[in-house]
Amino acid sequence: MGTPRRRLSAALPALAAAGAIALPVLGGLVGTLLPAFGVLPAIGAEAPSLEQWRRLFAEPGIGRAALLSLSTGLAATALSLLSVALFCAAAHGSRGFARVQALALPVLATPHAALAIGLLFLIAPSGLLLRLLSPWATGFDLPPDIATVNDGLGLALLLGLVVKETPYLLLMTLAALNQVPAAQLLAVATSLGQPRPVAWLKAVFPLVYRQIRLPVFAVLAYSVGTVDVALILGPSAPPTLAPLLLRWATSPDLSLLLPASAGALLLLGVALAAAGVWIAGERAAATVGRAWAAGGRGIGAAAIRAGAALLPLSLLLAYCALAAVALWSVAGPWRFPDALPERLQGGTWAAQAPALAGPAVNSLVVALVATGIALVLAVAALEARARHGPAALPWLLRLSALPLLLPQAGFLLGLQAALLALGLEGGVAAVALAHLVFVMPYVLLSLSDAYAALDPRLPRVAACLGASPARVFLAVKLPLLLRPLLVAAAVGIAVSIAQYLPTLLAGGGRLATLTTEAVTLAAGGDRRVLGVVAVAQAAIPLLAFAAALLLPAAVWRRRAGLRA
Amino acid sequence: MTAPALGRRALAALVLPPLAARAEGDGWAGTLSRARGRTVAWHAWGGDERTNTFIAWVGQQVAARHGITLRHVRLRDTAEAVQRVLAEVSAGRREGGAVDMIWLNGPNFLALKQAGLLRRFADRLPNFALVDTVGKPATVTDFTVPVEGYAAPWRMARLVFIAEGRRVPDPPRDMPALLSWAGRNRGRFTHPHVRNFLGATFLKQALFELAPDRSVLARPADAAFDAAVAPLWSWYDALRPLLWRQGRVFPESGPAMRNLLNDGEIDIMLSFNPGEATASVTAGLLPASVRSFVPAIGSIGNASFVAIPLNASAPEAAEAVANFLLSPEAQARAEDPRHLGAPTVLDLSRLSPAERALFEAWPRGPEALAPDALGPALPEPHPSWMTRLTEAWERRVAA
Repeated sequence: MGTPRRRLSAALPALAAAGAIALPVLGGLVGTLLPAFGVLPAIGAEAPSLEQWRRLFAEPGIGRAALLSLSTGLAATALSLLSVALFCAAAHGSRGFARVQALALPVLATPHAALAIGLLFLIAPSGLLLRLLSPWATGFDLPPDIATVNDGLGLALLLGLVVKETPYLLLMTLAALNQVPAAQLLAVATSLGQPRPVAWLKAVFPLVYRQIRLPVFAVLAYSVGTVDVALILGPSAPPTLAPLLLRWATSPDLSLLLPASAGALLLLGVALAAAGVWIAGERAAATVGRAWAAGGRGIGAAAIRAGAALLPLSLLLAYCALAAVALWSVAGPWRFPDALPERLQGGTWAAQAPALAGPAVNSLVVALVATGIALVLAVAALEARARHGPAALPWLLRLSALPLLLPQAGFLLGLQAALLALGLEGGVAAVALAHLVFVMPYVLLSLSDAYAALDPRLPRVAACLGASPARVFLAVKLPLLLRPLLVAAAVGIAVSIAQYLPTLLAGGGRLATLTTEAVTLAAGGDRRVLGVVAVAQAAIPLLAFAAALLLPAAVWRRRAGLRA
Repeated sequence: MTAPALGRRALAALVLPPLAARAEGDGWAGTLSRARGRTVAWHAWGGDERTNTFIAWVGQQVAARHGITLRHVRLRDTAEAVQRVLAEVSAGRREGGAVDMIWLNGPNFLALKQAGLLRRFADRLPNFALVDTVGKPATVTDFTVPVEGYAAPWRMARLVFIAEGRRVPDPPRDMPALLSWAGRNRGRFTHPHVRNFLGATFLKQALFELAPDRSVLARPADAAFDAAVAPLWSWYDALRPLLWRQGRVFPESGPAMRNLLNDGEIDIMLSFNPGEATASVTAGLLPASVRSFVPAIGSIGNASFVAIPLNASAPEAAEAVANFLLSPEAQARAEDPRHLGAPTVLDLSRLSPAERALFEAWPRGPEALAPDALGPALPEPHPSWMTRLTEAWERRVAA
């Protein structure tokens, strides 16, 4: 840690990684803040004013929209966490546990839009579920007039968020379980007479929760600010807050950018309020939970076992949703209440292939560029910490979570304005940059665990044998990290492919990706075409994860010991 | 301009030496030579698969004929492209813009025209001489706004209703009849969200039928607005609870509404395309039992345009695409219900017999309207009516 120069070189990788995340976020926040108070010289608004706030609050349904964002965000987070906690409590250590973990990964990899479209195909009044049950069980020859999707309370939106976010929290929980002495705690608690599920919730969950708090808040922020899932499954009159802002931000009336920015600030406020409510809930749960744990009685095991079904149920829904999009992509004529299409056909794929090739390539290029940069920056920062100690990476991890803890529209509106002013907006580079903001944190988080889990004795032994730090990195660490690196790359690709708002705003509507096509078509296009686009969108991250999981097995055939 | 005159002009363009200079005087051949090799970003609503397929076909044609790459930027809402142009210009980007061509009309056209951000090109297109500007006045007057060459028409649109024939044997032919039909068939009718042009057009159709004084509709909506729309709102307030989902949710667009009809969620849908029923039955998107009908009074009609922003990157190539859209071949394909089913903007009497033969009698099933059953085209009100109707509707529905 000697000279200032040495310290700088140690901190440089972390600074670069931090800059990739912080600059767009902070720039975007400033770009949101100024117009929110009336300053947007590009459209001739130079004097600060509060007029746009009046316009914002005069919007019919704005209060309800904000409330909907708050309620669906909180409910989605609570339900996802609850289903994960109950499932882990009941199933941790069982054989089914590992299997469900394997089943959760593909759902995690599936982009939000594709999954939401699948749910739409599944649960709509004319959807697959009712087709399977009609008319023999329901008596419906025509679909019932019930809003099972796009309902005014946002229940379909809530379901979509829970189905998508539960696997994420589950996998985060599993990672956390490796970092707490779960087996010992369980042994102690069960020896005190607690049934296993109760013991898990009382003794293990509090420690696990502390580890997954950040992902939980990320789920909360995402759910409050979601655009694509809300456009596909959410209410429309009024919608939740984020799609409402997007409508203004893309209106031909440029002056609406001012209330849109004010609305983005309101959305940030709603997200903050949601976090406040959540923290209050945490306190309450801690008090109640402590009393429950201290009470010592082992009640509740049956309820926990019953609730444990929530998570497999949500996974089942996700798989049915994926099956529904796949089926529609090859369906011929298919009218209600037929359970299956009249015939299957590959014609939709053949007809759409030329039109989808461009968006697919755009999706891939953006994902690879963003993920490549993120991997390099993350490895550099983590390696610097490994060599120079935590001083090289003091606040990076905490800072990297920033974009995940904010609703996207909160700073992307401003980022668009900033990119436009710099003449950067509209191309692959701008979109990849915007994606990097979201890819970087996940790649960093995913790799930092692996770096921390690296057995320190191995590099130390190599160093004692005279290997230079570079050689230790290349010959010892990289092979050890092969699987985490590939998984981090797959995570990066999955995160990038899923991005809708950053693509739309940074791409200036010009860069068509599979995601923008899917959301556009979801507004009522031919379901067969929508099925094709959604399957194509989901295929990229799924293939990336498959490669990440299968490649190391191939490479490790001769290094069986590394598996441990 | 008559067809022989057009021929002379084309001939003149051929014999003139190609000019290297970017002078305006080098005519259409110069435009085409500058168009070659360029890419046109056509921003067009992407919610209708048949239109998307048609645009892809146009792309193949202009690539083969003029060496132009056509890129269809599929919009959720046309306003996105308008906003992009406005944003670029206000950020100082006077050329090299993202948008080369926009499919638009109504308020979007007015917004760009008023801002002075459109290129005047349409009346210079060779094929513009074939447009039926007299018989189809909407090709030169868009929502009461004179087009003045700032946009080129490419397809006609007419509001038509399509019903599931087995469930609606005797369709309602005016708005009061529609209301009483909806009362007898609760939840079986709806209209697209009014932010969507088709939803707004449904309200305009009702406004035209119900307004005490129709003459005010041709002028900008001012103080006369409230009085003109009062009967509309009392009719609509009675209708809305009878709609699909009790009028609390609305399909996003015409194609979304078509899905509802195909799924049996509703019995009557709207379309802006008289060929919709035939085209959709052919594509397997609607059952063969559907039947088209129009209100007895006639229905709102307009023209779809393409416009070129002043800051387009490839304006000449966009002009070449716009001109191709007006060609008899493209127009015939657009009118063919197996492809698009959108009525042509051309005056067929100005075409050569061979060109006219492209517009053969299409296969027309019982689902389509007989050619003489389409009835009169009602004029679009001034764009401000659409804007204010949309705002007022959102206020009522969100309240």
